[in-house]
Amino acid sequence: MGTIQTNVTGDTGEDLALVQAAREGDIGAFEQLLKRYDRNVFRIANHITQNREDAEDVVQDAFLKAYQKLDQFQGNSKFYTWLVRIAVNEALMKLRKRKASKTVSIDEDVETDDGFVPREVTDWSPNPEQLYKQAELSDILEKTIQGLPSGFRTVFVLRDVEGLSTEETADALGLSIPAVKSRLLRARLQLRERLSRHFKKKKSNGDNAQ
Amino acid sequence: MKCSKFLNELNDFLDGSLDSSLKAELEEHLTWCHNCHVVCNTTKKTIEIYRENQVYELPDTLRVKLQTAIISKCKSSKSKD
Repeated sequence: MGTIQTNVTGDTGEDLALVQAAREGDIGAFEQLLKRYDRNVFRIANHITQNREDAEDVVQDAFLKAYQKLDQFQGNSKFYTWLVRIAVNEALMKLRKRKASKTVSIDEDVETDDGFVPREVTDWSPNPEQLYKQAELSDILEKTIQGLPSGFRTVFVLRDVEGLSTEETADALGLSIPAVKSRLLRARLQLRERLSRHFKKKKSNGDNAQ
Repeated sequence: MKCSKFLNELNDFLDGSLDSSLKAELEEHLTWCHNCHVVCNTTKKTIEIYRENQVYELPDTLRVKLQTAIISKCKSSKSKD
């Protein structure tokens, strides 16, 4: 069985050159960094805030903050990881404002063993994506991931969707490496369990109940 | 190997970061354990589906609007320095 390939994000060396140029006043260089990563930041912000307007604000605030603090970027992490850390913080601040009375953190709702032991062990259809039209599929994927506890969801998104390593995810979220690994496993298994409802093979006796 | 041990190692197995002897043990388990075989395959597929079908794509018109706003804010923040 082949392993999962990591998503490739921008070239680290090129990023550093652009950061250096932007520090020296080349706004065009910063614009290139913006165009390279704005979609990633928008997705991450949406996953955390679950609110599109907030996500738009987070994209603006995160890039503005990154620009203003470029001098503080040390270069011992990737620019992308550093940017994600800023964006995660901005997104969590948005959430806190929205739920002013509630303390919000990425540690919410994670003290549970639910979903660790697989219950659904029917295999999926060979090409489950093709069972649905693109819009229906997007809807299923969005609703399914929204149902995860935020502490699991954020780890899954950074690690599996946006291509950060375990170490970078831990760094961006202020979590330990074992915590990232444990949350990632639970997130993957819970998503699998929930998606099974939509993607599993129908029984051959005509029982189409889902 | 028990199924619980298989599950504990599933992440590293899928990410390809296991040493070869442990990897061989997991592969052996998969040859006879139907449940773990399904869980492993469908977990891998879960990750691939989320990678290949990004939710929350930034629409082009909004993207251009945000980029223009951000660059303009960056420029004016610079002039205040």
